[in-house]
This record gives sequence, structure tokens and C-alpha cells, in this order.
Amino acid sequence: MLDRNTNWGFLLGYRLYVLAFFIFLAAPLTAAAVFAFNDSLFPALPWQGFTLDWFFNDTDPKLGMFHDRRLLRGLYYSFVIGIAVAGLSVAVGTCNAFLFVRRQFPAKNFFYIVMIVPLVIPGVILGISILVFASTVANGVEDGYGIDLELLRPGILLVVLGQFSFVTTITSLVIIARLKKFDGSMEEAAFNLGASRARVLATITLPFLRPAMIAAGIVAFLVSFENFNTTLFLVGSESPLTITMFDRMAKVGSTPVLNAVSFFLMVGSGLLAVVSILVQRDRAKE
Amino acid sequence: MNPRDFKRLSLILLFMPFALWILLLIVLPHIGMGVLALREKVAPRVYEFGFGNFIEFLHEPIYWNTLLRTGTMSMLVTALALIAGFPIAYYIAKIAGRRSRGALFLLCLIPLWVSDLIRAFGWILLLRETGVISGALQAIGLIDGPVELLYNDVTVIIGLVYTVILFMIVPLVSTLDGMDNAMIEAGYNLGGNGFTVLRRIIIPYAMPGIVSGCIIVFMLTAGSYLTPILLGGKNSSWFTETIYEQFITRYNWESGAAFGFLLLAFTSGVVWLGLKLSRQTLAGTVAKS
Repeated sequence: MLDRNTNWGFLLGYRLYVLAFFIFLAAPLTAAAVFAFNDSLFPALPWQGFTLDWFFNDTDPKLGMFHDRRLLRGLYYSFVIGIAVAGLSVAVGTCNAFLFVRRQFPAKNFFYIVMIVPLVIPGVILGISILVFASTVANGVEDGYGIDLELLRPGILLVVLGQFSFVTTITSLVIIARLKKFDGSMEEAAFNLGASRARVLATITLPFLRPAMIAAGIVAFLVSFENFNTTLFLVGSESPLTITMFDRMAKVGSTPVLNAVSFFLMVGSGLLAVVSILVQRDRAKE
Repeated sequence: MNPRDFKRLSLILLFMPFALWILLLIVLPHIGMGVLALREKVAPRVYEFGFGNFIEFLHEPIYWNTLLRTGTMSMLVTALALIAGFPIAYYIAKIAGRRSRGALFLLCLIPLWVSDLIRAFGWILLLRETGVISGALQAIGLIDGPVELLYNDVTVIIGLVYTVILFMIVPLVSTLDGMDNAMIEAGYNLGGNGFTVLRRIIIPYAMPGIVSGCIIVFMLTAGSYLTPILLGGKNSSWFTETIYEQFITRYNWESGAAFGFLLLAFTSGVVWLGLKLSRQTLAGTVAKS
């Protein structure tokens, strides 16, 4: 360890640095959360007293987040998109895990790298390339057949596809790591006892993968929920929450209602993170 | 159906989702973007094949200056994140006690689950003219009037380091965690001082983690949009902003696609160079973290 040949002064300095680092990490989050409870029209000091108005009040100018139509609609769209992305990416991620862990096929290493690549493409590029491609297809269909494919214009479907395109790499990696730890003799025992392929999959392999699938789904949901760069280019009239909040932050002087939303999101993702940790803990017990 | 056919069929079925995903959402869109970037607009609704969009980029210093600026600032942010994050990762992996280790690691991860937007918003509240820090400095009498700490490069860099540093710490902790303490002991026993042990043993061992952290951090920084805009203001000249402007504001998709292609080529080039210099592979670094 480092404490050999080093005096206590060094260690003290080191500890102080670590402490300062965590204060640095916490500072902006604290600022964003605390002003949600300030009874003032601006998210700034001085402190005017505690209030829950920015959550529950139903009249202007202090419209709380649970009465703000646009914010609620954004929250709803984010939720729908997040669920869709999580479901799709876990399904494809599970297929990828079986493909890369169980199967041998030509150029496997090459395809494995191809699978990782979406994670290192900047989100903005994914957004514009999918936008360009979808619009090209939509225009082609419109010119050729006279059908307007509304689905391929910016909107919820494109946002889901755009986020799915890189979230799937994350879910695949999580599920692959779990499937690699699987003990093949368990399946073999089931086959020897006369179980069919489908039955072995449903009763042994998938239950083994379930913690990883749940954890991957939670990660996918959170990544989708907070994604901005890819979404920005693909969004139509149904803005998810991050876009709605950004518009407000950039255009209008913000009221503490944005702090209320921030606080709400922090608590929400914190709870989800706890759930995913509990799932992982179950995994350790098995 | 005989077992061999079954195997082949199931392989094809398993390969389908992967192939569709990569083909429809990654390969074809990027080809489409490349083709669009090579289309020159000669008259309304008349296009020609050529490198006009790229030539335009070279002729406008403001464009390539922005790309260079984005690149150098991203490298600076990556270096700062490594320097600031390495001691933290080492502390979590090697110095902290068993119990506090997990807690510290979790503390590191919590901001990861909060969106960039909220983090940038928090910084705005702290740093703006009417913000907390300006107010606190006035209260203790260090400055006389309100001071604007937003909209300058230092703030953008601090904000970016803040946003990405966790992606540096996480892979570092996981590589350092796998390192046997006996290796460090041995280094000291052979007469090395703290610095030699760090340079000759710890850093070479942590190299895969360092490379993968640097790749992720660099890509995230170069491709970031929110933090430079919100903390740097409208004139932060970040390249993603230029792309957005071409695409959405000016509706000039051809040059927007060309710019997107340049950003992709530039960042992939830097990542490729980094991998070559450190003799690592993409599969060996990013996939593991």
C-alpha cells in the first residue's frame, strides 16, 4: 500500500483531496435540488423559507410541476420512450448474448467489435445519420408510391430507434458478462432428465439471466430517460422531458419548477439504482 | 429436420436481430450520411456529386477552427479527468477500507444517473451572476459587486470534466481492483520509492483502464452538446453546435452531414491513434468496463 514510505501528512492531504472531490461532485446536484424548496420566484439565494409549492401549487406564477401540463406530458413521453427502449434493447441484447457466447461463426471477433462500435460513435452523429436515413426512405416512398410514411418523420419512433441503436450495446455487454458465468452442466443435467430445448431455456437459462436482464433494463431505461444528444435531432412534436426542460432553461428565465423536476428525477433514478443493486445482490446469493 | 440444419437455422435466427440492428441503424444511416455529404447543391433541387461541402469547410476558417478547438479542448478535458480521477480511483480501489470502498464507489455512481441537463443546471445556479458562489463571495466581502462566472472557457472545461469524470473513474477502479497488492509491496521491497512504483508498476497495470476511460471520456466530450451550450453560452463554438445549426437552423443537410462526417472521422482518428500508441484494442478496453 501507499502508506509505506509516506508520512501521515501526505495521507492527510490525500484524504482531503478525496473529500474535496466528493464535495465537487455533490455541489451542483445539491444546488439543483435544494432550490426546489425555496419559497421564491427565482432559483437563487436568499432563502425565503421552505415550500412545496413548486411541486403541488396549481396557480400561476407558482405553477408546481404536478400541475404543469407541458412538463407532465414530457415526463409521460420520456417514460413511454424509456420503456420501449429498455424492452427492445434487452430483447436484442439477450439474443446477442446467446449469439456471441454460445455460437461459433465466421468473423466472430469482427462482429463483436462491430457490436461495441455504436457506443463510441458520438450521439449527435447517431442522431443525424438516422434522421437522414429515415427521411431518405420516407421521401423515396413518397415519390415512388405516393404514400406519406409519417412514422419515419421525426417523432417518437425515431427517438426510440435512435436511443436503441447505442443502448443495445450496453445491454448486450451486461447480459454477455452474465451468460459467460453460466455453468453448462446445469443445462446438461436438464437435458439428461429429458427436458426439451424450450423448457430448459424457460426454466434454467433465462431465470439465470434474469438479474442481468433486469439490471440491463434499468440501465437502458435511465440512459434513455436522460439522453439528450441523439434525441435532439429526432424529436418531433412529442418532446420528452429533457428537451422540454432544455427549451425552458435556454429560452425563458427558469423558475424553481425546474428544480422540482430535477429533485423528482434524482429521487426517481436513485430508487431505480437501489433496485438494480438489490437485484445484483440476489445474484451474489445464488 | 436433422440437428445440423436445426443448428444452422437457429444461428441464422439469432443473427437476425443483431444484423438488422447494425445494418438498419448503424451501417445504412452512416452510408446515407456519407452520400448526402458528397452531394453538392448547384441550384434549387439540383444536386451534383462532389466534395463541395468539404471544400466549403476548408475555406471557412470559422468551421475548422471550431473543430480544432473542440478537439484540443476535449483532449485537455480528457487529460484533466485522468489526472483528477486517478487518485480517486486508486483511493477507492486500494486505500479505502472494505466497507467504505463500496460506499465511495456508489457515491461516485450516483451523479452518473442524473442527466447532464440537471448537472449543467446545477452549475448554472452556482456560477451565474445572481448565483450561489457570487453571492457567497459578496457576503464574505471578497468582491464588491456580483460576478459572472458563466460563459467562459474555464467554466466550460470544469463543467465538462465534471460531466465525464465518472466514466474515467469507473474503468480505473475496476482494473485497479484486480491488481494484487503484493505487486506494489514487491516494488517497495525492491527499493522503489512511491513515484517509481506508480510509474513502473501501477500505471502499466492500469493501462487498459486508462485507455478505455480516455476513449469514453474523449468521445463523450467531443460529442457533447449540452454542457458547452449551457455553460459557455451561444458563442462557445463547439462543433456539435455548428452541426446543429447547419441541420436545424439553416436546414442545410448536405453540409451538416459533411460536418458530422468530419467530427466522426476526427474523433475516430484520435481514438485509433490512442489505441495504437498504447497498444490496446477496442475489444480489450471498452468492452470490459
